[in-house]
Amino acid sequence: MRALVYERNAARFAASRVASAVGGPGRGVAVGPLRLLDVEGPELPGPDWCRVRPLLAGICGSDLATLDGRSSRYFEDIVSFPFVPGHEVVGEVEGTGTRVVVEPVLGCVARGVDPPCNACAAQRTGGCERVAFGHLAPGLQIGYCADTGGGWSSAGLVAHRTQLYEVPADLDDDAAVMVEPTACAVHAVIDAEIDPGDTVAVLGAGTLGLAVVAAMRQLCAPRTLLVGAKHPHQRRLAEELGADVVAAPDQLVRAVRRQSRSLRASGTLTGGADGVVDCVGSSESLAQALAMVRPRGRITLVGMPGRVSLDLASLWHREVALTGAYAYGTEDVGGTRRRTFALAMDVVASARLGRLVSARYPLDRFEEAIAHAGAAGRRGATKVVFDVRTRKGTAS
Amino acid sequence: MSPRPGFVLEVDRSTPPTLFWHGEGYRLEQLPVGSRVLYAPEPHAPLPDPVGAIRHALEHPLGDRDPLPALLRPGMSLTIAFDDVSLPLPPMRRPDVRQLVIEQVLDMAAEAGVDDVVLIAALALHRRMTEAELRHALGDRVYDAFAPAGLLRQHDAEDPDALVHLGLTDQGEDVEISKRAATSDLLVYVNINLVAMDGGHKSVATGLASYKSLRHHHNARTMAHSRSFMDQHRSELHSSNRRMGRLIAASGVNVFQIETTLNTDTFPEQFRFLQRREWEWSTRDRAGFLATSRALDATPDRLARSIFHSIKSPHKMTSVQAGEVEAVHARTTEHVYTQQMVDIEGQSDILTMGLPYICPYNVNSIMNPILVACLGLGYFFNLYRGRPLVREGGVVIMSHPTPWAFHPGHHPSYIDFFEQVLAETTDPAEIGKYEESFATDPWYVHLYRTGHAYHGVHPFYMWYWCAHALEHVGAVIVVGGDRAAVRRLGFKPASSMSDALEMAADVVGRDPSLTHLHTPPLMLANVT
Repeated sequence: MRALVYERNAARFAASRVASAVGGPGRGVAVGPLRLLDVEGPELPGPDWCRVRPLLAGICGSDLATLDGRSSRYFEDIVSFPFVPGHEVVGEVEGTGTRVVVEPVLGCVARGVDPPCNACAAQRTGGCERVAFGHLAPGLQIGYCADTGGGWSSAGLVAHRTQLYEVPADLDDDAAVMVEPTACAVHAVIDAEIDPGDTVAVLGAGTLGLAVVAAMRQLCAPRTLLVGAKHPHQRRLAEELGADVVAAPDQLVRAVRRQSRSLRASGTLTGGADGVVDCVGSSESLAQALAMVRPRGRITLVGMPGRVSLDLASLWHREVALTGAYAYGTEDVGGTRRRTFALAMDVVASARLGRLVSARYPLDRFEEAIAHAGAAGRRGATKVVFDVRTRKGTAS
Repeated sequence: MSPRPGFVLEVDRSTPPTLFWHGEGYRLEQLPVGSRVLYAPEPHAPLPDPVGAIRHALEHPLGDRDPLPALLRPGMSLTIAFDDVSLPLPPMRRPDVRQLVIEQVLDMAAEAGVDDVVLIAALALHRRMTEAELRHALGDRVYDAFAPAGLLRQHDAEDPDALVHLGLTDQGEDVEISKRAATSDLLVYVNINLVAMDGGHKSVATGLASYKSLRHHHNARTMAHSRSFMDQHRSELHSSNRRMGRLIAASGVNVFQIETTLNTDTFPEQFRFLQRREWEWSTRDRAGFLATSRALDATPDRLARSIFHSIKSPHKMTSVQAGEVEAVHARTTEHVYTQQMVDIEGQSDILTMGLPYICPYNVNSIMNPILVACLGLGYFFNLYRGRPLVREGGVVIMSHPTPWAFHPGHHPSYIDFFEQVLAETTDPAEIGKYEESFATDPWYVHLYRTGHAYHGVHPFYMWYWCAHALEHVGAVIVVGGDRAAVRRLGFKPASSMSDALEMAADVVGRDPSLTHLHTPPLMLANVT
């Protein structure tokens, strides 16, 4: 059995940072701490745990940040080494063959922490305050924890039964592997508190940006939904998924100004978007978000920046709310409470988000796969995944 | 020696390459044997005594008008409106003809004891002129006498307090113009007629009007029915302005029109090869061409733009006439035709043109892709009487670098128009649905009124200007343009003239006929 294993190695981590800075996103892997090894599957941590054999496992932006040596030191205490990456997983439960998607957050229930923390008690699993504690090694999710394994492995991973969601038969593997990132988008969209009639801008049209657009169209009723998309296929997909206006990233502020009929002063709009969802997460995108949000508007940060440099004068002066959105849990929608993953499955099915899977690679071509994911937009791709069902890769 | 008339050259094997303008540069192209090249008449001799000619015109008006001195009296209000920075092209050397005319009008007003005098730049929806541009047009003496006291104004088509609605024409067209101009005892309009489209009722009815008024004739339907708008009797644009102008007169607005014409001596000595026929180039012309070509090749775009926009034209005045609008304009038009008309028989499959760095809307600015389209398809395509130079379904090939670049201060709404409207449709009839939202956008209105921005609706007008050509031709190809920008315009990019001709063959077939409009200088093709 083979798995991609990420080990703690400061020298290789630094080398990957340099390589990605020179060669671009996804290029750090060649010199970084990730290695393909023969491994045994992880031990079951307790009686309510199952072994899951991955079928497809996605490569996420946060994975790329780790492999390129760009992840924040903030995570040092809440990951454990060595770990097998891969938290966007569709797999089969060993023994039953049930096809499942894995909700990877390792909350209090999975960790055996009792009583649970406030967040887990409220079923906001993504906000678990005990991800470094309990009977498991630290790890905010499967894919960052030494005890659970991850999706980039043919040896399988282990997951608590509460982390598993059976996949309906009419949802194929491509669609199922999109459930986890879509759940992030669903949570962000609900957290963004969009009111009917709002003007909303989404920065970025990669996997998360497009999933946000799809979720926004299904769960909210913005009057105008604008999307900043860099590449032609992203523009097309954003339109297909329900964007009213798609603009090049550097033109999005202008487009928002036009829609809101604002004036401009001090680099900001006097009106602007009621809500901005930043799915890029960089100094530049945050500055753009501040430039296009209306006074007292709300910026929801779905992208995952570490250290950024930002002029916050307009944030406090215009009383803008900047909130983070991470992972998932339980959501209040239309007066009912539903698990975010259940909502995400609906969005994936109705918006046909399986089409966002552009390329599938076997584990042994991991350098190619990660380079492809790092250059996905430029290469006309959206989601690149590892195909653990076969040793052959396909790209579409 | 009298200037030679324009003529049509048929290209043969001995014909040297033909000069094409190409933005801030030029190219030599070998046109296919059998192509026709239209050369403009040579520049006419200027008036020997322009100051005397102006005085004579003011004292001997045309039509039913008293001499200007007889219209001036103490206690009256006098408004002098004048054409803005869009004329002439390139800007002429000092003294500008507007300065010469206005100084004499002011002298007469002073002699008559007229104290209440206001000057208004007739911007319509164009950008406000800078102090330097106003000083250039009016001269320092006039500027310093009027500007500090607030008596030199720029028409503000968005100031409701400064406009007056005079009524509707019999076609239901709103006529809303500058209140100061309309309520003055006398409105003197000082015009420069560079091409046959300029002047006449269009001076006041367009130059001093509001959006509410302009939208009646600046639209896709009117432009598509102006064939061409260089021929005022076959131009719906001019018919509408005529109706408005007559309503303005019937409303009691007392207009004294002064129109001038210029010869086509367009570029200074170091660029004289631009206006000469290639086979007549002297050694000095060839040296000038080579030297400037090489220098421009090594010059950054921004610097090249700055160099070209610093050129002041040696244009000279060839006529001046004053009095009643229609009588004056008839005489003016005769002078324009005499200077610019070239007879040519029959249309061709392909029309080629080299587009320069400048058009009426980018003086001291950037020729953005929308303006490239407007100059080629709006202006040059329409430089005809009778029939277009290219047959219906034919191909227009334009040579211009067409950079994806905009002046953010002058053309803010152009950027959004290009990014948002043209990305969706390039059909002039279709874009109308976005017009009002641009025209009433408060940010554009603010920039137009307080900065140096063209009005929010202006890019729509540029595209409407292309309506006739877009309806008429089968394809538009741009040689040497930014490929993405050209495609956004709905045109086809070609890297060379030979590529463009290959591409044109898909539309008009093999061995097409070709006519090249050789500019500078400007001309008007009389196509029979």
